[in-house]
Amino acid sequence: MSLLDLVIFLPLIGFLVILLLPASDEIAKKLAIGWALVVFVLSLGLIGPVQANPKEFQFVTNVPWIDALKINYHIGIDGLSLWLVILTTFLTPIAMLISWKYINQRVTQFFAFLLLLEFGMTGVFVSLDLFVFYTFWEVALVPMYFLIGIWGHDRRIYAAVKFFLYTLAGSVLMLAAMIFIYNRAKTFDYVEIVKNIQNGMLTFTRTEELLLFLAFFIAFAIKVPLFPLHTWLPDAHVEAPTAGSVMLAAVMLKMGTYGLVRFCLPLFPGSAHDCAPWIMMLAVIGIVYGALVAMVQPNMKKLVAYSSVSHLGFVVLGVFSFTQAGLDGAVFQMLAHGISTGALFMLVGMLYERNHSLEIKSYGGVATPAPNLTTIFVITTLASIGMPLLSNFVGEFLVLQGTSQVSMIATVFASTGVIFSAVYMLWMVQRVFYGKADGNLHMYDLTTREYVALGPMIIMMVWMGVYSQSFLPAASSQNVEILKMSQDRRTVVIEKATGQGAEVLHAR
Amino acid sequence: MPVNYLPTSDEYLRILPEIVLIAVGILIMLMEAMRKEDGNPPYFAIAFGGIIAALAACFASTTGAAFHELLVVDSFATFFRVIVLVVGALCTLMSITYLDREKADKGEYYALMLFSLSGQTLMCASNDLIMIFIGIEISSISSYILAGFMRDDKRNNEAALKYFMLGSFATAFLLYGVAWIYGVTGTTNLDGIRQALLTNMPNIPMAAVGAACALMFVGFAFKVSAAPFQVWAPDVYQGAPAPVSAFLSAGPKAAAFAVLLRTFMTAFGPISNRWEPFVWACALLSMIVGNFAALTQTNIKRLLAYSSIAHAGYVMVAVASHSEIGTAAAMFYLAAYAFMNVGAFAIVTQFSRKGERYVNVSDLAGLGQRQPMAAAMLTIFLLSLIGVPLTGGFMGKFYIFKAALDSDMIWLTVLGLLNSAVAAYYYLRIMVVMYFEEPGEATASADAPSAGITAVLVGSAIGTLVLGIMPNFVLNLATKSAALFR
Repeated sequence: MSLLDLVIFLPLIGFLVILLLPASDEIAKKLAIGWALVVFVLSLGLIGPVQANPKEFQFVTNVPWIDALKINYHIGIDGLSLWLVILTTFLTPIAMLISWKYINQRVTQFFAFLLLLEFGMTGVFVSLDLFVFYTFWEVALVPMYFLIGIWGHDRRIYAAVKFFLYTLAGSVLMLAAMIFIYNRAKTFDYVEIVKNIQNGMLTFTRTEELLLFLAFFIAFAIKVPLFPLHTWLPDAHVEAPTAGSVMLAAVMLKMGTYGLVRFCLPLFPGSAHDCAPWIMMLAVIGIVYGALVAMVQPNMKKLVAYSSVSHLGFVVLGVFSFTQAGLDGAVFQMLAHGISTGALFMLVGMLYERNHSLEIKSYGGVATPAPNLTTIFVITTLASIGMPLLSNFVGEFLVLQGTSQVSMIATVFASTGVIFSAVYMLWMVQRVFYGKADGNLHMYDLTTREYVALGPMIIMMVWMGVYSQSFLPAASSQNVEILKMSQDRRTVVIEKATGQGAEVLHAR
Repeated sequence: MPVNYLPTSDEYLRILPEIVLIAVGILIMLMEAMRKEDGNPPYFAIAFGGIIAALAACFASTTGAAFHELLVVDSFATFFRVIVLVVGALCTLMSITYLDREKADKGEYYALMLFSLSGQTLMCASNDLIMIFIGIEISSISSYILAGFMRDDKRNNEAALKYFMLGSFATAFLLYGVAWIYGVTGTTNLDGIRQALLTNMPNIPMAAVGAACALMFVGFAFKVSAAPFQVWAPDVYQGAPAPVSAFLSAGPKAAAFAVLLRTFMTAFGPISNRWEPFVWACALLSMIVGNFAALTQTNIKRLLAYSSIAHAGYVMVAVASHSEIGTAAAMFYLAAYAFMNVGAFAIVTQFSRKGERYVNVSDLAGLGQRQPMAAAMLTIFLLSLIGVPLTGGFMGKFYIFKAALDSDMIWLTVLGLLNSAVAAYYYLRIMVVMYFEEPGEATASADAPSAGITAVLVGSAIGTLVLGIMPNFVLNLATKSAALFR
């Protein structure tokens, strides 16, 4: 039993213990947060070994699970998944902390579900067997469904069901594709399948590859969410309780982008290249559309939700640029968005706790009664709009740099997203925090608990912005491998693609 | 056939489960006849003991044929006998509460249950069309009475009558098919038919064989409630007492699939290219009809009835794939389905209250707060019915669609999987009501599940989870049994 197994299964055990233990709410809360902190501390132990050798899967466990079908419980962690796992374990206790006062009904269940969610999400990032991956993928769905449905706002039922059905509808097709691959490859093992695809032992016809790629891609694109499959996201975010929004935006969306990098590129390189121009187009539309729609939102949570659509567009754009910089930027942006948007949702949640409204117009002048809250909100806003020296800048810059090597047009349009993001975020800050404070003077400033929750987030924003070297190399060296694997063996296409890219560059 | 034929003791051992069930059934009837006015004999204990004894008896014999190959006891038969008997055991357990509450006659009820079970175990082991017919009749006639057991209740009467009328029609079709096949091949033995079709193909009028095959398929499709022969199911499941609905939706269905699989894999194996398209269409139609009709149901028994039609469709997908793995997948799925469906009906039995007053989905409002354990159990069953990983329902679906893709049925796979996403909606609705809504009048007055119901819930939940997390044992059994039809 490796450390990784422990990090994955402790939350599951915690879920069962907390759910079944006849403890009072207070004790359950403390037990849950203690449990999550232990998991976080344990997960830190993963960093050293993985950073030392990020290209290899480490902490590998590979034991038979369902012999009859040759399905193995195969997990391992490399440079690509390392920081996503840490992000999950890092945010879970914080999400618990911000729910401390806000959740006062069925408290035990709420905290238990957060642990179950952690179990599902960490599992997704480390699965090296398609069957195991699918299992975790679906398992993560269930606690989120309950988090939204039980503790959400007014239209929570609609949002929860929509969230569940959207993801399920996408993932059943992925399941069909997985079974198809399994019938061909006689295994679900990711490492083996990739190896066989690389050495030509496992081949698909062009049509097959395209359909398989699309089946995976649509499942991931729904989760990301990529325009035009994003419509579940604003509903889910607006209706979810704060902790649910935080986990959803910060980690769950990354399940989709992670899947793109981990599965779509290495398994179906040819089709990935074929579809790249279209996908980049959708990503750019998503960036601009998300930003424009965010601009006109009267609801703060909806605004942040649409800003997610816009930010995640950058990630997809980076992934399908097939450049080192683009892919690095995409992975970095996954983390940066997790921190900055996570923090934004936390802050919006805090405003809601104070004033019981998510509408921008019911605020104004909050800076007067709550200056520290305002300061932190502004820092987070700056991080979110890609201010240099703060986290998102690194990711967005790398993505744009990578994209510019393939398509200048896409880069130009995507850059407008950065500008728009400044517009909608700063405009919101202006309307909420400045101006006359009529009727908002009763609002109190940050409490100690809130400082404790937000502190680590701010530290991470600055750290990631100032010294990205702590995070980037691990992912970057694995991206080299991914790029190698996703090289299109039909060289003609590559030449054509690079030729086009060069042409575009010259034309500018 | 020699005149002085005497079956060996082995052959009797091979119908020991049926002997036990019928003996215990008759015992209960005798006790009922001699019961004093205020007596209350332990019918449940006797019946339950009888079923457990029958379960043990399934493993008493060696494998092989019996009675001039009318019956054959192989691992396939044993697999289905065990499913049917486990369903029977769970349904008797859940009936205690129901019968007490409704102050119904217990003796007859349990006796009928046992007789019905004996018919179903007989079906599982039948190797001859005549035996199949007899098995179906024994099982059906008892179930017709069970469906109308509360004879003063209008809905019970309606259910029984509909079930009886349509069921008789279906068996007539089946029998007609048997007659045709006997006419053209000169035998009713499944292996004999297969041999006749294989060796004597040019001399046999294919139209007649095709017609016979189609007629028999109609009969079987009725019994498994596959579309377009499903119209009886919603009314019967809704009208019949809840434990009986549970029984009907799992037991006879598994047994009927057992004979369907055996007949079509062996006897009609040689003409598979003729029936495959029909099964294909039937599978798709069942999934679509079941799932889309279930979307709008408010009565939970009716909803489960439509869901049961849809699940018959999934199993039909496995049948249509006509392969060993398809057969194994169907077997596994029926095992998983038995647990999750019986579990769901146990909740209905518990919370419907006297006279089945609360049978709407909305009556479960707030169950998650009032009865968290019961709600959690139902959640497991519903997740399994949706097909979420780590449950038996998912493994079953996974295996079925794997079989379908193996046989290159890509469209059926895609449509089937999309159907299961549609199905998620109405199962989720139950969860929505249970967890996201405040307790209503119905749940506010609900008692905690009785001991019998709790046993069923825990047993089914364990079964569902074991089949989802550690499916090795059952998968291997199913795969081994399916290999018999090579």
